[in-house]
Amino acid sequence: MSRRLVALYRSQLGKKVVVAVTGLIMVGFLVVHLAGNLKVFLPDPEPGVADIDVYAEALREIGVPFLPHGAVVWATRLALLAAVILHVVCVLQLSAQSRAARRGGYAERRYQRATWAARLMMVSGLTLLVYIVFHLAHLTVGVVEPDRFVHGALYYNLYEAFTRWPFVLIYTVGMAAVAFHVYHGAWSVFQTLGLDSPERNRLFRGVAIGLAILFLVGFLSIPFAFVSGVLGPPPSPPEEHAGILQAGFATPADNAPSEVQR
Amino acid sequence: MNFSLKIWRQDGSQGRFEDYEVSDVSADSSFLEMLDQLNDQLTESGGDPVAFDSDCREGVCGTCCLVINGRPHGGRGGTTCQLYMRHFADGETITIEPWRATAFPVVRDLVVDRSAFDRIIQSGGYITVHSGPKPEPNTMPIEPEVAEEALDAASCIGCGACVAACPNGAAMLFTAAKISHLGLLPQGQPERMERVRSMVEKMEDEGFGPCRNYGECEAACPKDISIKFIGRMNRDYLRATMVEPYDRRGKMKPQ
Repeated sequence: MSRRLVALYRSQLGKKVVVAVTGLIMVGFLVVHLAGNLKVFLPDPEPGVADIDVYAEALREIGVPFLPHGAVVWATRLALLAAVILHVVCVLQLSAQSRAARRGGYAERRYQRATWAARLMMVSGLTLLVYIVFHLAHLTVGVVEPDRFVHGALYYNLYEAFTRWPFVLIYTVGMAAVAFHVYHGAWSVFQTLGLDSPERNRLFRGVAIGLAILFLVGFLSIPFAFVSGVLGPPPSPPEEHAGILQAGFATPADNAPSEVQR
Repeated sequence: MNFSLKIWRQDGSQGRFEDYEVSDVSADSSFLEMLDQLNDQLTESGGDPVAFDSDCREGVCGTCCLVINGRPHGGRGGTTCQLYMRHFADGETITIEPWRATAFPVVRDLVVDRSAFDRIIQSGGYITVHSGPKPEPNTMPIEPEVAEEALDAASCIGCGACVAACPNGAAMLFTAAKISHLGLLPQGQPERMERVRSMVEKMEDEGFGPCRNYGECEAACPKDISIKFIGRMNRDYLRATMVEPYDRRGKMKPQ
């Protein structure tokens, strides 16, 4: 198998396959990420604690007690990091080969079919790379504004950032890049993997357009809900947050056996 | 009709654009006839005629290859020889360039060396048949629709407009068409996997770029060959590298 993978990676077509598969992994992550993020709109399951905070804690609890706390989250992060690195490295190598294949362009160049999304894949991709680093520093590590960030208090962190326009703007640019990149990329995946055909093309084009719109509207609904006041301040101050969350987690577990006994 | 021409002149490794005027051109003359007229003018005035490729002049040989106003073959469908001067406005300035790709070095002026295509064909674009008496026609049943699809791919004349149009200088459409026209037919099955492997490898060795799914090749193709064949080539290539056994005579132990 490793021999096959090396042979695949050595060829341009194989590198394209690596780009397609890693891209597909990232799109899959975005769908899950969006589903999780939209929990911000759900009502508080218990007074003083936001639903999204409970969800975030639940993610870290996956696999406990067989796996340590946060193991699945970290495994996912490492897998995504590997996907991003492979995606970017292959694209840069392919891009170098493209430039080598066309030294000296035309005095006049008129495109006939290539979409803007396709032609600007490098621009949207590099924008995304910068955006991802910012996003992780901002809402995962919390180093952009440490005094306004409390680890684990997702709702509070979102509220602090998205009630101010500069953050809304940065995330809007990021999501526009996502939508642009996915518009061409998600369709391109099917063509590169040889799954596209004239009878399936409309479906795949539709999937790509649908995903682009879904990501743009879905993700941006959150900052715009905060900045417009649709979503209010956090249900409890962040200092009390950790304690309430712990209590919230303890309660259902304690109640569970008694319910079974009736 | 009168035209101002901006033509790429190259003798050796460096080239440049030169401006020419051509007058009293018939609206019904083809683009190549207009260039012939220009060359007559240049020869009579003691100038150096512009070198360009042409052969059949009826759109079937794939020899003529000019990028006209930024589009291979002028971008009106068909080949350069099928382009007429009535498609242009009187007094228009027309920019004429050679195919630009590292794998297609310029020989002189507008003539490029497309032998890289020949080497791709040599690497696997063939089938093995016995050279004895001619077989009875229709001994090998082929579904008419499949035969038609194979003929769509086989209509590639190897002009190289796909490479010229591709921002990455990729030869995916050419190679895919050649692989598909044999791979779709029963006669092409024995070498199918080996063919896709060696032709793709050769294509990459020749210095053509990778595909980014722009679709420019299909738009420039005078024979209107679909990028669906590129998808088909990708599928076959994946199968050849990832699924086909490389040790067909290998043995296994039960434990």
